[in-house]
Amino acid sequence: MRKAVTTSALAATTALAAGALATPALADLTIASWGGSYQDAQRTLYFEPFAEERGISIIEDDFVGGIGGLRAQVTGGAPNWNIVQVESEELILGCEEGLFVLIDYDMLEYDEDDFIEGAATECGVGNIVWSKVLGYDADRIEGDTPESWADFWDLETWPGQRGLRRGAQYNLEFALMADGVPADEVYDLLRTEEGVDRAFEKLDEIRDDVTWWEAGAQPLQMLASGEVALTSVYNGRLTGSNRAEGTNFAGVWPGSIYAIDSWVILEGTPDVELAHDFISFASHPERQAQLPEYIAYGATHAGADEYISDEDAPHLPTTPENLEVAIEFDTEFWVENIEALNERFDRWAAR
Amino acid sequence: MTVSGPDTTGPELRARLRRSRRRSTLISVGLVAPVVLFLVVFFVVPIVQMLGVSVYDRSVSDGMPRTAAVIGTWDRDGLPGEHVYAAIAEDLIEGQAERALAGPARRLNQELSGYRTVIFGTARGLSEEPPESWRETLIEADERWGDPAHLVVLQRAVNPLTDYFMLYALDMERDIEDAIRLQDSDERLFLGLIQRTLTIAVTVTLVCLAMGYPVAFLLANIGGSLRYALLVLVLLPFWTSLLVRTAAWIVVLQSEGIANTFLMWAGFTHEPIRMIYNRFGTIVVMSQVLLPFMILPLYAVMSGISHWNMRAAQSLGATFSTAFRRVYVPQTLPGVAAGTLLVFMLSVGYYITPALVGGASDQMLSYFIAFYANETVNWGLAAALGTVLMVIVLTMFLIYNWIFGLDRMKLS
Repeated sequence: MRKAVTTSALAATTALAAGALATPALADLTIASWGGSYQDAQRTLYFEPFAEERGISIIEDDFVGGIGGLRAQVTGGAPNWNIVQVESEELILGCEEGLFVLIDYDMLEYDEDDFIEGAATECGVGNIVWSKVLGYDADRIEGDTPESWADFWDLETWPGQRGLRRGAQYNLEFALMADGVPADEVYDLLRTEEGVDRAFEKLDEIRDDVTWWEAGAQPLQMLASGEVALTSVYNGRLTGSNRAEGTNFAGVWPGSIYAIDSWVILEGTPDVELAHDFISFASHPERQAQLPEYIAYGATHAGADEYISDEDAPHLPTTPENLEVAIEFDTEFWVENIEALNERFDRWAAR
Repeated sequence: MTVSGPDTTGPELRARLRRSRRRSTLISVGLVAPVVLFLVVFFVVPIVQMLGVSVYDRSVSDGMPRTAAVIGTWDRDGLPGEHVYAAIAEDLIEGQAERALAGPARRLNQELSGYRTVIFGTARGLSEEPPESWRETLIEADERWGDPAHLVVLQRAVNPLTDYFMLYALDMERDIEDAIRLQDSDERLFLGLIQRTLTIAVTVTLVCLAMGYPVAFLLANIGGSLRYALLVLVLLPFWTSLLVRTAAWIVVLQSEGIANTFLMWAGFTHEPIRMIYNRFGTIVVMSQVLLPFMILPLYAVMSGISHWNMRAAQSLGATFSTAFRRVYVPQTLPGVAAGTLLVFMLSVGYYITPALVGGASDQMLSYFIAFYANETVNWGLAAALGTVLMVIVLTMFLIYNWIFGLDRMKLS
């Protein structure tokens, strides 16, 4: 008797579990993005209106970055997520591994040419543009304000510590620009040994005056406390701090480095057409132009610019004046060289 | 009077005794089983897996199977034959179509920066039509196909069993003749890193001992409410989040922080002293975070030492310092051993504190493990460095066991 009960209970549990596994998904679309206030803004602008317009349900999740998690989902069969917002590095790596559905631009409302350069790729559609700029606290600097990476290296005119993110990435680019290399030649030069040597030699000049930061919030704290006079910093956080904390931080656009985060569709997604429709929806220029009201990231639709308010425009990487003087982060270069250059960076730092 | 009866003598008794022993053995095995199982599943298996990842990698042999089958025939005298190049080309063409090249490209690029471009750049340009010579076609597509160093890396990497990562984690490599040698001194990184990690861990341990010993002594020798107040002061930070404490130290030590403001107000210095984002800050913050792990075992041992011992020594003519040195301190050694072992073990694997308050040259092994595991997905090297860390900890443990004997150690 007792055994019979156990067996039937077991059978019921197994059936339940099998049922749960067989059900393809709890929602029509599962989207993972970067969480926090950023995802709150995306929910208001994209997720909720799209779900309402199409009469579907959307489940959200947080993506914390890294190719490993995406790989595990795709190779494990049906992925839990359908659409993910990834950084340029994961876009390249995942595309090479075949983790993403190839974007069919015929299924989108927009052509590749409708997007800014570098946003429409084989495996993903760019959604935001963020940038790393030279930042300073305008309340603490009297007289001339810095305007370039050469000024960042000028310890006499602007005394005080410099903040840079620990590691080689971005800093080698900044060093070459400070050394007078034109922005559009930076990565060509970095692909040569002389270029890398030159960048490290330039870094030598400010070696003892750099405070290295690790987390994206640190440079803001360092600016606010006067720990550093000038620092590299993410533009979105700079504007965010000015809005939320009332600080008077300023960013320098010439020599800034921007990167694009993209929507990708994970391989194994059941309704690929719906996923494309969502990406179309989130690429709508007028809709994209509203994001900067929440957070200072640029739009990827080339036509979004005309809808962006005059108030937001100066703070965005994609505003033409800002975009012209910036360079795009060369993800291919860094995917290939990050280990060797970061190891060299540590040897350089320990010397 | 005899106490013998039919039940209590001979084989019958022995059998019962055996039964009851067996039962109690079964019970104790049953009680221990869950924890053993837990340890095996969540501790031993992952560690063995980690060790495996550092020496075993199938990405090239799986991603380029034809190459793997034939490249072993190359004797490294001159360039490989046409059949090897043909195998490489076929693997590249098929791998490109099936998106199977990411694994080999990543693995080869780990050994030689630029290999990704060699793989993907060549694969994109190849057409399936066999040319006259695959060798010339490949070398024309990328001249590195004619470079023996690149081909040797490929030849080695097709073997799933590899010592590359372990050697690399110790700044060693195999030269073109397969002999193991130390890398050139300006190329070395990890030996210095291991030394740096040990230096920081030992320094933190000594600082904790120097600061914790008097506190524990005080705790053990004062009475009543004062002791509780002191104990709470020791434990309160222990219960506070590591991140919060680290952030608090930034407020204290930064150039316009509390410490500098005080020092300048008191006239000790005219300009701010740099106390954070360097080695000093790392040691201070790590020591504060780990101090309770030193104080608690010391306190446990000290509170068991009778204060009559010291009095007896003094009554026999020893000065206080002699009595303290020769009577009291030796009795606290088990606590010292436990505290230093705990603090050393914890600090040697530290990651977040040095990352937030250290400079560029204060990062420890764990920082690099995280970098390779999370950022560059180089699990082989991350696992190899993890193995190095584990060997350090185990060695320390064995040395301690040999000197102090773990059974004598009191952990709290």
